[in-house]
Amino acid sequence: MSFASHYAYGVTIFLMVAGLYILIASGNLVKKLIGLGIFQTSVYLLYIAPGKLIGGTAPILAPEFTVYSNPLPHVLILTAIVVGVATLALGLAIVVRIREAYDTIEEDEILAADMAEDAGQRS
Amino acid sequence: MAVVVVAMVVRRNLFSVVVLAGIYSFLMASVLVALDAVDVAMTEASVGAGISTVLLLSALYLTKGEEAKPMRGPWIPLVVSIAVGGALVYGSLGLPAFSDPQAPIHTHVVPRYLQQSLKETGVPNVVTAVLASYRGYDTLGETTVVFTAGAGVIVLLRLRKRRAENKAAK
Amino acid sequence: MRGDLVLRVISKLFIPFMLLFALYVLFHGELGPGGGFQAGVIAAAAIMFYAIIFGLPAARRLAPDAVVEAMVAAGVLIFAGVGVAGLVLGGNYLDYFVLDRNPVRGQERGIFWVEVGVAVTVSGVMLKVFYMFAGRGRDPEDA
Repeated sequence: MSFASHYAYGVTIFLMVAGLYILIASGNLVKKLIGLGIFQTSVYLLYIAPGKLIGGTAPILAPEFTVYSNPLPHVLILTAIVVGVATLALGLAIVVRIREAYDTIEEDEILAADMAEDAGQRS
Repeated sequence: MAVVVVAMVVRRNLFSVVVLAGIYSFLMASVLVALDAVDVAMTEASVGAGISTVLLLSALYLTKGEEAKPMRGPWIPLVVSIAVGGALVYGSLGLPAFSDPQAPIHTHVVPRYLQQSLKETGVPNVVTAVLASYRGYDTLGETTVVFTAGAGVIVLLRLRKRRAENKAAK
Repeated sequence: MRGDLVLRVISKLFIPFMLLFALYVLFHGELGPGGGFQAGVIAAAAIMFYAIIFGLPAARRLAPDAVVEAMVAAGVLIFAGVGVAGLVLGGNYLDYFVLDRNPVRGQERGIFWVEVGVAVTVSGVMLKVFYMFAGRGRDPEDA
């Protein structure tokens, strides 16, 4: 197999790794959510790229065309996009509440505040 | 797109990261059009570049912090991500080549959808027909998920009024 | 941003067009790209645009909180209602074939109402989330 035939997967994997890195390495909660979004879009690419047929067209039936790209991944990804934005909205609402409770959205400060509170309660 | 993503990784000013995320969504939508996924591209452009950006900006406004500070070194996450990437590359070698008409994705149930959907549903847009009719239960579930997310946000962000009233009453 | 002339004029030109485009995408989703989700998101984006330019209270007058909250639930009810209509008329749940004497017309009708339900819920949720985020305001202690 050649490089060109698997190029789409290469792009997908790069985006996935980048999203994963942002997700793991950021201390800031909002940046983590953005990394999660990048990860999700790379998964969309993972599903849709194999469905494309060169020389085909969008899956809307018309008398002039005979070859269509695969409509099934489109349906799944349509659902996935909307669920993704619902997740983002809920995640941001939680981040706003965390900000009001801890006065910060940096992960290590929140962890330190939690541990200090635990130590204070135990003593 | 790779350039935009790398810039997002490196930049620490969250406002610029959000704008870069919007650019990234638009680029992704153009790639999706090139892959013949027009419905998905429209949804990704409107949702990713429109709603996501607005929500992120309002969340940034509410959380005051605009800069992400550096943490413990970046090496462990980098190693983990690259290891995962390596595993994914190894897995992708077994996947079918790009635009292979004999790939399993094209041969099971999709020819039936493509041929029968106009006769059975009278709707030329196959994606809408599959979404609303052949896989209608999934769409019902998804609508419920969106509803639940909305209800969750309402619950999370509503109590503030009572607290403000308590503060005013004291 | 109310005072900026260019933004005001442009938004007054664009917003009716955006709402109309959302309706077009919804109804035309069977013949071209589009459908419920896109239409809902575009409609919500139009109202958000109006809120950003003219202020949140003006947008709240245009689309009051009670209406938006009702929309959130009504869309799911419409969708489920189509399913129950299928049950009542003799078929399975969410069966579109029985909705009309001609099964193909029944499918078209079912798909149309399902897309309307989806669009109503999606636009309601997006708008409600925006209202909640934008209407919250910063904590007065850390001004």
